[in-house]
Amino acid sequence: MNNLVDDKPTVKTLPIAGIIFTPGSAKRYNTGSFRSQRPVIDAKLCTKCGLCWVYCPDAAIFVNAAGMYEINLDYCKGCGICAEECARKAIKMVDEEEYG
Amino acid sequence: MSRRISIECAHAASLAVKLANVDVIAAYPITPQTHIVERLAEYVANGELDAEFINVESEHSAMSACIGASAAGARVYTSTAGQGLALMHEMLFIAAGNRLPIVMGVANRSLSPNLNIWGDHSDMMASRDCGWIQIYAENAQEVFDHTLQAFKIAEDERVLLPVAVCFDGFHVTHVIEPLLALEQEEVDRFLPKHRKAIYRLTPDQPSTWGPVSGPDIQTELKVQNEWALNSSKNVIYEVWREFGDLFGRYYAPLEAYKLDGADAAIIIAGGFAGTARVAVDKMREEGKKVGLIKLRLYRPFPIEEMKDMLSRVKAVAVVDRAISAGGLGGPVYGDIRNILYDEDDRPVVLSFIAGLGGRDITVKDFKNIGERALAAVAKGHSKHKVEFIQARL
Repeated sequence: MNNLVDDKPTVKTLPIAGIIFTPGSAKRYNTGSFRSQRPVIDAKLCTKCGLCWVYCPDAAIFVNAAGMYEINLDYCKGCGICAEECARKAIKMVDEEEYG
Repeated sequence: MSRRISIECAHAASLAVKLANVDVIAAYPITPQTHIVERLAEYVANGELDAEFINVESEHSAMSACIGASAAGARVYTSTAGQGLALMHEMLFIAAGNRLPIVMGVANRSLSPNLNIWGDHSDMMASRDCGWIQIYAENAQEVFDHTLQAFKIAEDERVLLPVAVCFDGFHVTHVIEPLLALEQEEVDRFLPKHRKAIYRLTPDQPSTWGPVSGPDIQTELKVQNEWALNSSKNVIYEVWREFGDLFGRYYAPLEAYKLDGADAAIIIAGGFAGTARVAVDKMREEGKKVGLIKLRLYRPFPIEEMKDMLSRVKAVAVVDRAISAGGLGGPVYGDIRNILYDEDDRPVVLSFIAGLGGRDITVKDFKNIGERALAAVAKGHSKHKVEFIQARL
């Protein structure tokens, strides 16, 4: 996924006043790149209560095909609210460095 | 058929706005602009003008509301002065940067401290870099004409920039003058009854205005706006030509008065050009070859036209009604010296600052200024420092 600025608009090709005429374009900006820590859900402890999904301020947690709660790493900023709110302490915040 | 009426200059602005069939007015009162919006509120209240009049809580909110309404496609007007203009400062950049054709009347007023409600140009000069088109009007006719023209200029597809019509607080705003007022059907031949907004906030075509932008995009946006402001000149001249063809009154970015054969010229913007003309007449009667250049279009600055006029004289006295603090003296003075720097043949340029906080600039003052300019011609140069007229130094 790339940002609109990756097109490197010139003064002439930049839309007037820098207006973005594509609706929903914010989706192209992977705010997950901000992260310094990521949440890791321990499947053995998770009871699928859904509190992490409720509390995530970025709507970056979803229910995957297997029915498990999964983090959308494209948008997760690593704020740690899900780990804080997890009723079973099943979520740990792990440094991004561990993932290269 | 135009009617010749007598009207307070501030009300001439209101009348023009009414005839322009604006959709939204968001304004906050401040002396000496209040009469403009009071009259507009009356028009809306008694049904003469079908517009939304938003009573906001401050000038910052006034410009914010104007920005929102204009972005939604409405024809928008507001008016302010002095502290009010200063209060809406950050929003001025938004209006211009977002290419919104807002028209604003500025009743030029001094900036505090102290709390001075009287006229000078310090308010608009302090905001001159905001990216707005800036036009200075001298009397009721110009306030009326330039306000009408402002909507046409601003809304032109090739411009899409806000326009400030500036006129001196009290010395212009509060005087009653004759006006050839255009009838509605005449205005309708010049200005479409409704704005045709190409870009606007609408659910049918969602868009984001003024999004977060990093170092990788901001430069291109700023340059784009600068190009737009500079090239708006051609449209301004086109609109002035069209207005002249329709109604017989032609306007130019600069207005020369008795400049033919002049050795020296006085440059000034706004209402005091009237007093300056009287002084020029007297000096000419005395055989002193002084002329006047009235500055009408300030931004974008009419560089070539000014260079051309200045090439005819050997000295020029720039009269500013504002101080550009800690710099060269007057703001217009700085612009003039700037554009002359590369010229082979340059007149001597003198800086005079006068009329601050509503202090009068008399015929005698202008004669004094004119004579100083002639003295500089004789000397061939001037070790001139900024001079404050009629100041008890």
